[in-house]
Amino acid sequence: MSTVNLTVNGKPVSANVEDRTLLVNLLRDHLNLTGTHVGCDTSQCGACVVHIDGQAVKSCTVLAGQASGANVTTIEGISNGDELHPMQAAFRDNHGLQCGYCTPGMIMSAIDIVNRYGGKLDEDTVRHELEGNICRCTGYHNIVKSVLDAAGRMSVAQAAE
Amino acid sequence: MYQTTYHCPSSVEEAAALFGKGSDSKYLAGGHTLIPVMKQRLAAPSDVIDLGKIKELVGIEVSADALIIKAATTYFDILRSAEAKKAIPAIVHLASVLGDPQVRYRGTIGGSIANNDPAADFPAAVLALGATVKTNKRSISADDFFKGLFATALDDGEIITAISFPNPAKAGYSKMRHPASRFALTGVFVVKTKSGDVRVAATGASQDGVMRVPAVEAALKANWAPGALENVTISAEGLLSDIHGSSSYRANLVKVMAQRAVTAAG
Ligand SMILES: Cc1cc2nc3c(=O)[nH]c(=O)nc-3n(C[C@H](O)[C@H](O)[C@H](O)COP(=O)(O)OP(=O)(O)OC[C@H]3O[C@@H](n4cnc5c(N)ncnc54)[C@H](O)[C@@H]3O)c2cc1C
Ligand code: FES
Ligand code: FES
Repeated sequence: MSTVNLTVNGKPVSANVEDRTLLVNLLRDHLNLTGTHVGCDTSQCGACVVHIDGQAVKSCTVLAGQASGANVTTIEGISNGDELHPMQAAFRDNHGLQCGYCTPGMIMSAIDIVNRYGGKLDEDTVRHELEGNICRCTGYHNIVKSVLDAAGRMSVAQAAE
Repeated sequence: MYQTTYHCPSSVEEAAALFGKGSDSKYLAGGHTLIPVMKQRLAAPSDVIDLGKIKELVGIEVSADALIIKAATTYFDILRSAEAKKAIPAIVHLASVLGDPQVRYRGTIGGSIANNDPAADFPAAVLALGATVKTNKRSISADDFFKGLFATALDDGEIITAISFPNPAKAGYSKMRHPASRFALTGVFVVKTKSGDVRVAATGASQDGVMRVPAVEAALKANWAPGALENVTISAEGLLSDIHGSSSYRANLVKVMAQRAVTAAG
C-alpha cells in the first residue's frame, strides 16, 4: 500500500491504495468519479481518457503512483457548475453521442486536440487525432462535427477572455 | 494485475540499486507495453521501478554530427522537437505515425527499443541510422543491439540512458499501419549516410523482428531513386504470416514501403 497525493479537478486528494492500482481505479473506485469509463483491456478504446497535467492520456494504462503529484482533470471537472463545457455542449447539439459510453473519453481527447491545434483544425486532422478513441455507435460523423463545432466555440470563448 | 511494489527513484544509480534489491524487478517508462502486459498477467514483476521521472533520462540534444535522444523522452516530445525536426525529420515523422495521440504522450523511445516488438517503429530508425544505444554501463551499436523477437543485448538490470543518431545525408520512413493496432504491418526506414553508404531496415516484416534489407541497400547504393527498386524481389522466407497479411504480401510491402521512404527522403 502507498499513499498517493494528487490534485483531481482542482481539489487536493490523498488516497491509500495498493501499488498495482490503476489511475482509472483510483478515480472510479476510491474517489467515486465514475464518469471515466473502462471499455477494453488492451489500452485501445480511449473510454478512460483523462488529462494529466493537461495531456490526454489513457488512465487505464497509468499506475496511480505514476500520477502522484500530478494535476488530473476528469469529465466531472470540465463544466462550470450547470454550464456545460463548449465541447460537451457541441456534442449535445450535434448529436455526437448515442449510448454515451465512449463520450467522456471522446470529450477529454477532443479538448486536448483543440488545445493543441486551436483554430487550425480540419476534418482530416480531427479524424487522425481521434484514432485512440473507439465508438461503437455513432459511426464518428457526428463526433467529428461536434469537435469542429466546439473548436469554433472554444476559440471564440478564448478570444473573449 | 498481480500485486507489485512501485518505486519512483530520482537517479539512474538509485534505479539500478532498487532493481538489484527486488526478486523480479522490471523498469517502467511510459508503461504502454508493460502495464497492458501486467494487466493480462503475462508479466508479474515483484517490483516496478519507474524511470519516467528521472530528469537525466529526459531530453533531446544535438551535437555537431548527431541527434541524441534520452531514453525516457516521450514520442510526443520527440515529434514536437524543433531540434529533432531540423536534424533528422524522418524521426519526427516516425513518431507522428506511431500509435495514437494518447500513446504518443506516454510511450518512450527507450521503452520501445528495450521491448523490441517485431512490429515497433523505433527499432527500424535505430538500426537503419546505425545509432548507438548508450546504457548505464556501456555503448552498444545498433547492429549488435537487436537480438530477435522481444530480445536485445541488454543485461538484466541494465538501463538505456540515451540513443545517439548520427546525422544522415538523407533519411525517410514509410509505414503501412495496421488499421486497428496502428503498429507496422510493415515499415521501412531508408538512410543514405554522410559517407555515401546506404542502410535500410524493415520492421513488422520478419519473424526475427527488425532486419536489414541487403537487396534494397545494394539497389539504392547503385541508384538512390524509387525506380531503382522496380526489379528487386524480396524473398518471403522467414517473413511473418498471419491473418493480416501473408509473408509474400509483406515481402512486397518491404519493397513498396522502401520506395515510398526514398521518395519521402528526397
Ligand atoms: C494502443 C497502442 C498502440 C501502439 N502502437 C504502437 C505503434 O504503432 N508503434 C510502436 O512502435 N509501438 C506502439 N505501441 C507500443 C508503445 O510504443 C510502447 O510505449 C512501447 O512499446 C514501450 O515504451 P514505454 O515507454 O511505454 O515502455 P514500458 O511499457 O514502460 O516498458 C517496456 C519494456 O521496456 C523496458 N524499459 C523501458 N525503459 C527502459 C530503459 N530506459 N532501459 C531499459 N529497459 C527499459 C521495461 O522494463 C519493459 O520491459 C502501442 C501501444 C499501445 C498501447
Ligand atoms: S479502457 Fe480502453 S483504453 Fe483505457
Ligand atoms: S456513443 Fe456508444 S460507443 Fe460511442
